[in-house]
Amino acid sequence: MSEFRDAFRTAISLLVNFDGDLMAIVGLSLLVSLSAVFLAAMVGLPLGAAVAACRFPGRQAVRVLLNALLGIPPVVIGLIVYLLLSRAGPLGALGLLFTPTAMIIAQWLLVTPIIAALTQQTVSDLHDEYAEQLRSLGVGSLRAIPTLLWEGRLSLLIAVMAGFGRAIAEVGAVIIVGGNINHVTRVMTTTIALETSKGNLALALALGMILLLLALAVNAAALVARDIVNRLYG
Amino acid sequence: MFLRLIICLIVTLLFLHANGPAAAAERFITVASTTSTENSGLFQAILPLFERAAGIAVRVVAVGTGQAVRMAERGDADVLFVHHQPSEEHFVADGFGVRRHDVMYNDFVLVGPRHDPAGIGGLADAIEGLVRIAARQAVFVSRGDDSGTHKREVSLWQAAGIDVVAASGTWYRESGAGMGTTLNIASGMGAYTLTDRGTWLNFNNRGDLVVLVAGDRRLFNPYGVILVNPQRHPHVKTAEGQMFIDWLLSPDGQGAIAAYRIDGQPVFFPSADKDTP
Amino acid sequence: MTASDTERQHTADTASILPLRVRDICFDAGGKRLIEHISFTVHAGPCLIVLGPNGAGKSLLLRLCHGLLSPSEGTVEWVEADPIRARSQQAMVFQRPVLLRRSVAANAHFGLRLRRVPRLERQAVVAKALRQGGLSHVANRAARVLSGGEQQRLALVRAWALQPQVLFLDEPTAHLDPAATRAVETLLKQFHAAGTKLIMTTHDLGQARRLADDVIFLHRGRLLEHSPADSFFAQPHSAEAAAFLNGNLLW
Repeated sequence: MSEFRDAFRTAISLLVNFDGDLMAIVGLSLLVSLSAVFLAAMVGLPLGAAVAACRFPGRQAVRVLLNALLGIPPVVIGLIVYLLLSRAGPLGALGLLFTPTAMIIAQWLLVTPIIAALTQQTVSDLHDEYAEQLRSLGVGSLRAIPTLLWEGRLSLLIAVMAGFGRAIAEVGAVIIVGGNINHVTRVMTTTIALETSKGNLALALALGMILLLLALAVNAAALVARDIVNRLYG
Repeated sequence: MFLRLIICLIVTLLFLHANGPAAAAERFITVASTTSTENSGLFQAILPLFERAAGIAVRVVAVGTGQAVRMAERGDADVLFVHHQPSEEHFVADGFGVRRHDVMYNDFVLVGPRHDPAGIGGLADAIEGLVRIAARQAVFVSRGDDSGTHKREVSLWQAAGIDVVAASGTWYRESGAGMGTTLNIASGMGAYTLTDRGTWLNFNNRGDLVVLVAGDRRLFNPYGVILVNPQRHPHVKTAEGQMFIDWLLSPDGQGAIAAYRIDGQPVFFPSADKDTP
Repeated sequence: MTASDTERQHTADTASILPLRVRDICFDAGGKRLIEHISFTVHAGPCLIVLGPNGAGKSLLLRLCHGLLSPSEGTVEWVEADPIRARSQQAMVFQRPVLLRRSVAANAHFGLRLRRVPRLERQAVVAKALRQGGLSHVANRAARVLSGGEQQRLALVRAWALQPQVLFLDEPTAHLDPAATRAVETLLKQFHAAGTKLIMTTHDLGQARRLADDVIFLHRGRLLEHSPADSFFAQPHSAEAAAFLNGNLLW
């Protein structure tokens, strides 16, 4: 149990001393995961809503594919992105391997199906409720997508935060495509993995606590934003 | 509108990647290396010296030797810095590398629980130690990840004439993980394992583990460095990569390696051929 | 939609889309025929009430007329040849108001915004409609926290703000208490007085007597009567209608 006490003490001293390396790592974690989630939302929200609200050929296939992608292990995504971005791979010429961009791409692929699948569920329910009224008002199914997304904003924020949770906590994909390079692609989770493998369990646990704190802070910020939006728009 | 936003973002991210948090437009090389060099703390000690001297940042991707070699074969690194001589020679012979240079060495050690159920403590013969572990069916944790350490361990078992494949899952456990993780497992289980001395010295979760067998010449652990062949992969940063290799082999680099200590103990011993650079 | 289209719809738009001709329509769902060979014509002017017991097919008929459903057989035709214009001159209010999770005013703006009505014009129309619906004082409140009666009035206001020629209403007071029902009926009379054609279903005989000029009586998917309200209530032709008026449920 002394590990927990040590970890707690270490976490506090890291935070209080505003450790430079730690701040860079936290910053990169946030940058990578927030970018990935933002991009995933840009694709996942409309895609999920389209699958829920529009009839188009292949709709069932897309739905099945989205649900299947939910279960794909991050390591596999990492491996696929690695093989694509590797110098010997089809996108090798871009030189993106072992960069934060590669990590964003991997997390984006990881998070998009989550957001899309949850969006599909939410918008599907909303669509049942709104479909007739919207059609009566002359809203076509494509035009209905932004309306339904906006109507579902409260639930959809949870979907996006679930995506963020998966992104920020993920280690398997980013360690493969990022390489865990010090000061370049080292994020919270890969640092925790590294410190664990050095046997610095207390430090690793302290970093885990800080990661949890970070996730809490982002979620709290999202909820505050939600309340503000709620107050403004009812 | 969505589409335009996405395109804007991708462009932004590409810029971000180019100018990244890793300082603007810096010169850098990518080195595929092993967890032992990273986990032992060596790179953190010596790389800043080179970076300051040459103005070239060194980005280390630390994985098992097997994975590092394959990474270099795919052209995803400029320099390969690992510790399994046969693989390294193979790499050069196949045309993936320019030339192999000796850089440094240390040694492997057999570690195990203090009460030592197999009774190998103090043996000078590593093979005899393994034979006793097998005879006693004492739990042994193997890396099982095709790393340099794992390859060495497998060859030692072969020399001892013990078929560990048959024992896999019983007293012989394969972690399929890096050195540190494997040490964590051995520490948690009170098991024996083979580790490089650098990782061991820098490892902070030893629990009940102690060094039991060391000093056998079959535990000698040489590290080699190789420039990835630019004829195979034209994008390889030949000049910068060669500067790094030259520095490692130079008196400055060799001195830095020798000067790195953990708790006052040397971790790696420089071994560059004086004529090479 | 181009600017000139908008112009046409909201300023110089007077040509009536009525009459509506329903010719021999059937509607099947789940292997059952729910609407059987119904034909009738609706002219501008009188308030048309579609009466009948539960399950007679009243709501289906309304949706078929409004174009939310397509008939399995037969045709529904407006005299207006342009289907987009015909649609833009109709609105519908449902049994349960479907309000957006926005403010009362934003709900009222929604339909007009879809039709690209310029902001200033929109604000004037919405303010007037909210005043008429007695909702001005809650304009900035969230629509979903209004009382049931207020919500239904907002649904009416939203439809009314579109200035439709034809307003479909599917049992708009089925879930309301008497006071709220009276408020809705008052609004409907105002709309009617302003020249909007009302086509409304109800199973509430009292309401039908208060509002109807013409009556369509449906029973088990068939149109049994289509006559002026006075003669329908005084002298129904079919035995089913007579039984319905006497309060004997026919199912």
